[in-house]
Amino acid sequence: MAANNYRHALFCAIVTLIISFPILGFNLEAKGVNIELTGAKTSTIVAVILAAVAVFVFQAYRDSFMGLLGKLPKLNPLAGREPMEQSKRVKLESWVLTGIVVLALFWPFVVSRGSVDLATLVLIYIMLALGLNVVVGLAGLLDLGYVAFYAVGAYTFALLSQYTGISFWMALPIGALLAGLTGMILGFPVLRLRGDYLAIVTLGFGEIIRILLNNWTTLTGGPNGIGGIPEPTLFGMEFGRRIKEEGNTSFHETFGIAYSGEHKVIFLYLIALVLAVITALIIRRFMRMPVGRAWEALREDEIAARSLGLSRTAVKLSAFTIGAFFAGFAGTVFASKQGFISPESFVFLESAIILAIVVLGGMGSQLGVILAAIAVTILPELAREFSEYRMLIFGAAMVLMMVWRPQGLLPMRRIHITLNKQG
Amino acid sequence: MSMLVLEDVHTHYGKIEALHGVSVEVNKGEIVSLIGANGAGKTTLLMTVCGMPQASSGRIFLEGRDITNEPTAQIMRSGLAIVPEGRRIFSGLTVEENLHMGGFFNNKTEIRKSQAHVYELFPRLKEREHQRAGTMSGGEQQMLAIGRALMSRPNMIILDEPSLGLAPLIIKQIFEIIGQLREEGITVFLVEQNAHQALHLADRGYVLETGKIRLHDTGKNLLANPDVQNAYLGG
Ligand SMILES: Nc1ncnc2c1ncn2[C@@H]1O[C@H](COP(=O)(O)OP(=O)(O)O)[C@@H](O)[C@H]1O
Ligand SMILES: [Mg+2]
Repeated sequence: MAANNYRHALFCAIVTLIISFPILGFNLEAKGVNIELTGAKTSTIVAVILAAVAVFVFQAYRDSFMGLLGKLPKLNPLAGREPMEQSKRVKLESWVLTGIVVLALFWPFVVSRGSVDLATLVLIYIMLALGLNVVVGLAGLLDLGYVAFYAVGAYTFALLSQYTGISFWMALPIGALLAGLTGMILGFPVLRLRGDYLAIVTLGFGEIIRILLNNWTTLTGGPNGIGGIPEPTLFGMEFGRRIKEEGNTSFHETFGIAYSGEHKVIFLYLIALVLAVITALIIRRFMRMPVGRAWEALREDEIAARSLGLSRTAVKLSAFTIGAFFAGFAGTVFASKQGFISPESFVFLESAIILAIVVLGGMGSQLGVILAAIAVTILPELAREFSEYRMLIFGAAMVLMMVWRPQGLLPMRRIHITLNKQG
Repeated sequence: MSMLVLEDVHTHYGKIEALHGVSVEVNKGEIVSLIGANGAGKTTLLMTVCGMPQASSGRIFLEGRDITNEPTAQIMRSGLAIVPEGRRIFSGLTVEENLHMGGFFNNKTEIRKSQAHVYELFPRLKEREHQRAGTMSGGEQQMLAIGRALMSRPNMIILDEPSLGLAPLIIKQIFEIIGQLREEGITVFLVEQNAHQALHLADRGYVLETGKIRLHDTGKNLLANPDVQNAYLGG
């Protein structure tokens, strides 16, 4: 076994050398009109060799390293305690959620404008993650192209506002419905695929939508994106210094207060908060309806579920469509918040982040997903100085998480449903 | 009156043919047993009736209706229920929720009625009502699988090796329940390795060998048949 380990480690080290040497070991330098190939500095070469040695040592003693990692104290505050009774747990979770919402209501009035802006982004991610949670956590469909529906929502608003001057409040349902419809159309052919195949095909669809947006220059402006997306209004009151749309009034004049750019940011935040709460409540409702149980049944045992007369396509499609709907919801808010969107905001990394939130949150649990969304969005901001290492930190956090708490922050504990006795 | 008719049914898994022209008839109110060795195609036959997989040729009629090309969801909503091989209960759901999945397309009043009926047949399930199904014993899980199938109030129930891996006492109990279902007017199509008990209970029986029906007679005659005794009843 040991010899085998060393051989494997040596192999890994050689692969490291083969990959990094050509990339880092040579430099292209422009000398006048010519480009010359020069060897790298000795320090670089030493670094490459050191990296190979590090890979060798790690691979050779991998088992001991991983063993150490496993021995780290378990990150489980509830370890050794009896699981709470269902009614108690549901109540506690409701209280915590209510507490978070109340806190969130006061948040914008005590912190800086930048923090409010960031909090709005967190709320958008919460909406996205709650939606994806239906698809991945409840229905068990690994969707790697979720960002496509987010893009559909955002672009629907952007395009409609550009061509028809539609307002945020009109665009919100249209964007969500269109995203849901896209989900249904895309879902129809792909949902008969299973597991890995579904993941790959959805990944492809996500990219297709992004590439389409990038290249359909006449309609979407391509990589230049679309700007001038209007902000939400409050009963016809605009939050800008000057009124853009005829017939509207301005917020600060109506209330006779001085103009402040903060009003707009806070208003947007509050809208996002309300929409996130609505999203959470609607999805909670779905989870307790028969369709919610059908998702779980199909995830647990497809053959059994089908033998009870459940239509595989219909059940999966409903989860896929509902997930896409809320992505469109979030997309509209995002477009309004940014005022400008381009395909760059809808790359695969976004899908990966939303999926990471769902997985970290514990697949299926709403409170877990909300906490994970806060953590995943805010931590990189706190670590701004290390922004170059952001992905590295993110990756390390994921690995540690999988070692410590593979079931997620707050793994889903199902709400058991009984028939109410009166009916 | 026929409940279920299979006429010259062929079924393929990809290119491999698992059923080579099977014809079976189950009359209303009967218990019909299908016996055969491992890999003979018993499960394939039952699943073909349910449309997973669909027959590649031949015809299948359920209460006179041609269901050969109907999708599974439609077949399983028309008075037919199956207790699949290996039980396949939803282990993360509670006993009660499993039962409710069985009555998915019924209204609340019907569900309440069928649920009470299932608890009458299996008092043990009532005791475990709020327990996660995956934490129950094999026998209890089999009872749940049968109960779940009964929740849709089927006219016909198909059982795939319900006695597999269970203790003799539980097997006896389950066969008693199957007999009771006939009393209630439910037609039963039973697949078993446990040939002795299955043929004892059955009105008629079929013997399946490598995807073909080899014998077909009343339960009593099959029990007395020397070939059957040699092959399936341990001589
Ligand atoms: N999903 C499948 N894919 C391919 N071949 C299968 C599949 N299921 C069963 N078979 C094959 O079909 C034949 C009949 O299997 P099965 O119906 O399970 O037999 P039984 O239930 O009588 O033990 C076997 O040869 C088996 O290998
Ligand atoms: Mg079988």
